Amino acid sequence: MMPDWLFDILLVAGVLFVVGMYISWRASRLDRLHARVDTARAALDAALVRRAAIALELAASRLLDPATSLLLAAAAHEARTADADGREFAESDLSRALRAVVEQPDFRDNVAQREDGANLLDELESAAQKVAFARRFYNDATATIRTARRKLLVRLLPLAGNATLPEFFEIDDDPPASSR
Amino acid sequence: MRVGLVCPYTWDVPGGVQQHVRDLAEALIASGHHVSVITPADDDAPLPSYVVPAGRAVPVPYNGSVARLAFGFLSASRVRRWIRDGKFDVLHVHEPAAPSLGVLACWAADGPIVATFHASYEKSRAVTVAAPILQSAMEKITGRIAVSEAARTTLVEHLGGDAVLIPNGVATDRYAMAEPLPGWPGRSGRTDDTALTHLRGGGALGFLGRMDEPRKGLQVLLKAFEIIGRQRPELRLLLAGPGDADEMCAKVSPELRGRIVALGLVSDEDKVRAYHSVDVFVAPNLGGESFGIVLAEAMSAGAPILASDIEAFRRVLQDGRAGALFPVGDAAALAAAAGELLDDPARRKQLSAEARTAVRAYDWSTVARAVVRVYETVAVDRGAGVVESRPLG
Repeated sequence: MMPDWLFDILLVAGVLFVVGMYISWRASRLDRLHARVDTARAALDAALVRRAAIALELAASRLLDPATSLLLAAAAHEARTADADGREFAESDLSRALRAVVEQPDFRDNVAQREDGANLLDELESAAQKVAFARRFYNDATATIRTARRKLLVRLLPLAGNATLPEFFEIDDDPPASSR
Repeated sequence: MRVGLVCPYTWDVPGGVQQHVRDLAEALIASGHHVSVITPADDDAPLPSYVVPAGRAVPVPYNGSVARLAFGFLSASRVRRWIRDGKFDVLHVHEPAAPSLGVLACWAADGPIVATFHASYEKSRAVTVAAPILQSAMEKITGRIAVSEAARTTLVEHLGGDAVLIPNGVATDRYAMAEPLPGWPGRSGRTDDTALTHLRGGGALGFLGRMDEPRKGLQVLLKAFEIIGRQRPELRLLLAGPGDADEMCAKVSPELRGRIVALGLVSDEDKVRAYHSVDVFVAPNLGGESFGIVLAEAMSAGAPILASDIEAFRRVLQDGRAGALFPVGDAAALAAAAGELLDDPARRKQLSAEARTAVRAYDWSTVARAVVRVYETVAVDRGAGVVESRPLG
């Protein structure tokens, strides 16, 4: 028959093992969520940069009148050079500038008639839609991890390591109204 | 791109999700992508070349009805093998909260995973209870799509998180051409045809939808037919859709009843022919429509449309350019507007052409393009595609 003290030790060891497994599982879940947020953030940054690049290309394309070109170029430049604090404002401004430009009467028809015009419009439409998609996915991932990091266990133990808590990215990203 | 689509319900049983997956797969293939679909199906079932069977589906009660689902070790190992062999750039799971292949695929894969949520229902205990079980699978999804605002609300309420909205498409080609039903005048489906400019046999109005669902507005149309049917002794009315038509038609004066034909529930093929059999297609809905798939189908068939002025229809019909509008629920206005259309062949012809153009925005090719943009957003890192996850990951 097993002595009582040995049974106690085995029981404690067993409990510790199960608790350890659980904590390790929670930590790996957090790790996975952080990886997802990082990927989503990279996708969002890529989408924003791409949109600004196409806006600049359109501004420089000689397809537009000079005033419209200036407006677009300035907004795209602001968006590309904004620092972390001003980024959301600058990207929202670019969205508004794009809407103001593309939603001008007959804008699409005029641009589409010229060489490469239709291609540029397609790319712009795609880039604007991807910004909206990427932002939704990033904020979704951010919400998940912020909820997970609020849990008691995660606050008591340093399960999240040094990873910073991601912030939501809030901008006006409505794409220009489709002509169709 | 190499895309793996997961369909949770049996391929050979008709249903909205299956139809969606089929149309999406074909639109993606048409634009040059490599697509493989895994679905519950028998090994010897006749399937298109891009479909891989995951074993027989079992009918089980789920969420208030009986669904044919695939689950268990056999299905799990087939899904795992399909992911390993597929080398997909992106995995696209449909209805991942259903206890079927979708959740199995989320378990078995790592990498860019997109999920589309179709169902919308009131707060459901079953799904809320399942939420913790689904958590791991749900957290792997990198991009979520909802097919309607209602589906998105359902997702937010039951599982949390958010989704982008990409509505269902319409396979406009499927509706473009058809012979009218026997005994009906028809416009012969061709916009340049004289059939569109001359009423044959006094003309015909059409309606498609649930007969006994008040929100579909059949009662408004019947009331209008009381007026316009008397003014035009040869005008006929073609009704198609499920529900008790006799009960509805009993309210119409007996002398007009003979000119109303109710087909009941029709096959897909006859539905297309019905759209081509009438001179004016009427959508008298009172509200509650988010999009109006019936309207989009009629537009694809090039039917001149007369629809109630609800917001969803106004948007689809481009403020009346692609179809005439009348005040919601107003039978007298409906009758007057229908009369004007019947007397004005040029306007019908123009509405028909505008409708065919406007509906292109809802065509599957357009929808598929938006879906591909989602793929490109989640799979930024090309080359780092979908891989098999470790068994206990």
